[in-house]
Amino acid sequence: LAASYFDVDGTLVSTNLVQPTLYYLLNQGTPVQSALRLGRALMRGPSMALAEMVDRRMFNELLYSAYQGMSEDRLHIVADDVFNNVIRPSLYPSAHSLVEQSRRNGNKVVFISGALDCIVARLAAHMNADEIIANRLEMKDGIATGKLLKPVVAGPEKARLIREHARDHGHDLNECFAFSDSYSDVPMLSVVGHPAAVNPDRRLALLAKAYSWPSFNLDQAP
Amino acid sequence: MTHPCVVTLERDSAPRVLFSGDQLIEVDLPAGTRCIYPKPPLTPLKDVDAAIRYALNHPYGSDPLHAKLRPGMKLTVAVDDISLPLPPMRLPDIRERVLTIVLELCADHGVDDIEIIIATGVHRRMKAHEIRRMLGSRIFDAYWPDRLYNHDAEDKDNMVYVGTTEHGEVLELNRRAVESDLLIYLNLNFVPMDGGQKSVAVGLCGYKSLRPHHNPGTIRKSDSYMDPKGSALATDIARMGKLAHKHLDIFAIETTVNNRMFDRPLEFLMKNEDDLSGRERAMLKALVVSTQKLPQPARQAIFDRFPAPYGVTGVFAGATAEAHEKTLERCFEQYCVPIEGQADVLVSGIPYISPYNVHAYLNPLLVQVLAQGYLFNMYRGAPLVKKGGTLIITHPCTDKFDHEQHAPYIEFVHRLLPETRDAEQLRERYEEKFANNQAFIHMYRTGHAYHPAHPFFMWYWGENGRQHLGRVIVVGADNEYIPRLLGYETAPTMAEALYRAKNGEARSLDITLLHVPPIIMGDMTLPARKANGGAS
Repeated sequence: LAASYFDVDGTLVSTNLVQPTLYYLLNQGTPVQSALRLGRALMRGPSMALAEMVDRRMFNELLYSAYQGMSEDRLHIVADDVFNNVIRPSLYPSAHSLVEQSRRNGNKVVFISGALDCIVARLAAHMNADEIIANRLEMKDGIATGKLLKPVVAGPEKARLIREHARDHGHDLNECFAFSDSYSDVPMLSVVGHPAAVNPDRRLALLAKAYSWPSFNLDQAP
Repeated sequence: MTHPCVVTLERDSAPRVLFSGDQLIEVDLPAGTRCIYPKPPLTPLKDVDAAIRYALNHPYGSDPLHAKLRPGMKLTVAVDDISLPLPPMRLPDIRERVLTIVLELCADHGVDDIEIIIATGVHRRMKAHEIRRMLGSRIFDAYWPDRLYNHDAEDKDNMVYVGTTEHGEVLELNRRAVESDLLIYLNLNFVPMDGGQKSVAVGLCGYKSLRPHHNPGTIRKSDSYMDPKGSALATDIARMGKLAHKHLDIFAIETTVNNRMFDRPLEFLMKNEDDLSGRERAMLKALVVSTQKLPQPARQAIFDRFPAPYGVTGVFAGATAEAHEKTLERCFEQYCVPIEGQADVLVSGIPYISPYNVHAYLNPLLVQVLAQGYLFNMYRGAPLVKKGGTLIITHPCTDKFDHEQHAPYIEFVHRLLPETRDAEQLRERYEEKFANNQAFIHMYRTGHAYHPAHPFFMWYWGENGRQHLGRVIVVGADNEYIPRLLGYETAPTMAEALYRAKNGEARSLDITLLHVPPIIMGDMTLPARKANGGAS
């Protein structure tokens, strides 16, 4: 039995981690709350940009600190809107077909993403994925602390999580597939027998060519 | 008396000029070498449009096309893709000419529910500009993309079960074609293995319907697959084609072209090197030097730039089998050169094109297809080379692939061939899993990659050559790794290759040079067996 591991942002959907976060920030209880949160997030902008260049994990931690103080209920209620208004319209035209083909081959479909679990879970339900591996916010008394629970799903950590998942579920990594758009996911692509670059960024496209990995876009429906 | 296309080299004969991919090289072959040259191009039809109309009105084994048309009917035209002819023909492509007349006829009879499908089978999807070139802007603008599109063998909703043959072969075809009141198949028959029942049964089917005949066993039994009478491949496909005929109303239109592959200034490439004029000799020399000096992309660009001035030699329509018989006659008339006696060594240049790399580089797997596949199979009667004999080819065998078209080939060559070259093993252990690889399937469906099953079929294509030949020696390979993967030996020069082919024996070798391209088929007659043993 094999599994297909899909990165989500940029791979299956054209959005990145920032857009759902912005949606959350703009949809607080009152306009004032929204403005305050947005202002605070914008002030962190330069450090986030720097972190993105240095370490994807650091970027994730800075980004999710914007959720500090949000209630768990609100997170889940707004997640429906985020999925319907941000994620679903951004699905690439042939994302469904790629996931469907994996299932048809008998592969377990696993979404592995730096996005929040409450959003990835909705996408997984929509696309009939079997499992998700996603980031989770730390909650204290039903309120987000702004910290991520370990392990933080990003960069090389994704490779370790895939290895662990495959071992726990009896998947032969040589038979497994992985799909991603980003050079930061090279470790995750490298641990499986069948890596593929999907809507690749420039650096990943070059690497995929050098290693003769399949490389394609999902922007055209079959 | 030997045929004028068969020339025996003398001591003072000029060197022969062979293709080595997209380069030309001069090789010295020993006196006594038998060189087989292509026949002169058949005279093309004077009025092609009139011939098309005549064929549609006087079909073989069928009512004329106009009698099959009625207002409101659902009609599908399936068209061969640009895997043929090679290189693509000078405009107008014969498919455009036929289709224009067919569509006019349909309009006259009130048929407007028409869809045109490029019958790619598991070949790569043709690009929009390629379809426009092949069918002309008028048709393209009127039909693309909703009513003119590529066949998709992996679109499960649009493949439909037609039936099962008495041998248990499942036939699945394109839904639109099956559900049409009339299916017209428009073919360009370049080599004798094309067309006939293969058109519909392969061009519009999917992987499941290819497996029963695109396999090593069938190819081993094909003697040769360029001669339908001796081809197990043709027999198996015909069974499925007949099944299609039973369920579908099919009107076949087949066309043939001559072998005028090179335009006037380069026509001398088809000629005996000893018969060249001074000017032609100088041009040939210049061509040899320039192909060796120019970088590869420039050479490819040059060859891609010049379409072939093929002339149309026949248009035959009607019931598939009946029309195809006439097509084959014309094909054999163009290609077959009578030859007596098999050689110990067959020498041939490997050119830069094959049906599977239009606008792409001829990768190592396709070198194998040309060598042990197409070139070996270019015979009727018996192979050009004796059982256990040697094939010497000239090609650089560069480890280079087109990453878009041949993505699955790369994995096949670099991941599977190091495991085994045994075609049966490859089929048993890897084919089905590989054919369902979701990344490659996606590249086939939405990009322009060959289906992941295709590299396997390409390997099987060389199977009867592999079984028959004792060894293959490559002259001019730029690396050792790829020839070794393919099971070939390498030699730096033709002299060295011939020395090795001798295997230390003192006797002289019977050497035959197949001077391709253009295409030549050997019509082999074996000499009467002598008391002390003749041809094997």
